[in-house]
Amino acid sequence: MKAAMKRSNAPIFWGLFGAGGMLAALFGPVLVFITGIAVPLGLILPADAMSWPRMQAFAQHWAGKGFLFAIIALFLWHAAHRICHSLHDLGVHAGAATRLACYGSAALGTLLAAGALWAVGF
Amino acid sequence: MSETGKNGKVIRIEVLRYRPEQDREPFLQSYDVPFTDDMSVLQGLQYIKDRLDGTLSFRWSCRMAICGSCGMMIDGEPCLACKTFLRDFPAGAVRVEALAHFPIERDLVIRMDDFLAKLESIKPWIVPKEERTLAQGEYLQTPAQLDVYEQFSSCINCLLCYAACPQYGLNPDFVGPGIMALLHRYNADSRDGAAAERMEVAGSEAGAFNCTAVGYCSEVCPKHVDPANAVNQNKTRAAGDYFLRLVRPKGGAK
Ligand code: SF4
Ligand code: FES
Repeated sequence: MKAAMKRSNAPIFWGLFGAGGMLAALFGPVLVFITGIAVPLGLILPADAMSWPRMQAFAQHWAGKGFLFAIIALFLWHAAHRICHSLHDLGVHAGAATRLACYGSAALGTLLAAGALWAVGF
Repeated sequence: MSETGKNGKVIRIEVLRYRPEQDREPFLQSYDVPFTDDMSVLQGLQYIKDRLDGTLSFRWSCRMAICGSCGMMIDGEPCLACKTFLRDFPAGAVRVEALAHFPIERDLVIRMDDFLAKLESIKPWIVPKEERTLAQGEYLQTPAQLDVYEQFSSCINCLLCYAACPQYGLNPDFVGPGIMALLHRYNADSRDGAAAERMEVAGSEAGAFNCTAVGYCSEVCPKHVDPANAVNQNKTRAAGDYFLRLVRPKGGAK
């Protein structure tokens, strides 16, 4: 039993998972509604709510950048952690490979999001 | 079976048998047991042992849900045999097996060495925050301070929560729900000062973070201890300790 008494690094991933979960609960449904239902069907919101110039301006503003980055990165970390644990439940135990695949994709997605937000300029 | 209970009812009890010196693997054996509506599953097993088959082994003591000895799987659910009644199985049959996730010692008796080793590791006693002399009197506590941990002190070490926990089933290194509840019982006690030492367990790779918030442990707990809540509170505490030690290096796990 003593061998297992190493301090766990889980708080890092659990923290990201928790933060992502909270954002997903707060913004997930409304984002699905806006991007998937309201705008495409022209309900409630004006049809050009997500037009290119508007979205570009949004992504160029520091607050919009921050929002997009947090939403994309934390949703990814949340999903990665959830998938990693669900695989464990299904009998695919969290070895280095599973962890790398799950958290690696989240890290990659985070970098891509940061790069893209940087590239759209300020 | 010609004999019947006062109400003429008979139930078929299927019991998982395993006698290591003669059985290669566990198998189910059925007994027809006459019963009355006030009889528990434990009383059914006692009927078997006294009248039908003296070789059957199982643990029990208090027969009133307080000693925690009679935990077993009853129709696949972790239950106390003395708190589960034969009348509640209207199909006329019930299956009784040793508690899941533990090695079987014999028939319905499991080995609890793993649990006891873990129990010792969390210092399950109050480590006084400040030593007091006899002359200074008792360690006083307000009702509000009692409220914080009282529920967690009701644990009777019955291990039902371990049989319910899929994560303990997958990884027996996990200290498990019951131990986390007991660890929390002492940490949350205003008189105790050993929370930092116990963090070595709670924040370790065997600790709180093995839990995936299934919550079945709290559902099966016969004493309403809510071990899932204790695990959750300790995830937050362990995370706090993990990040805080970076700015305030002392205590906790290595
Ligand atoms: S927490 Fe409940 S189910 Fe678990 S060992 Fe204690 S009394 Fe039994
Ligand atoms: S015999 Fe004591 S709890 Fe069932």
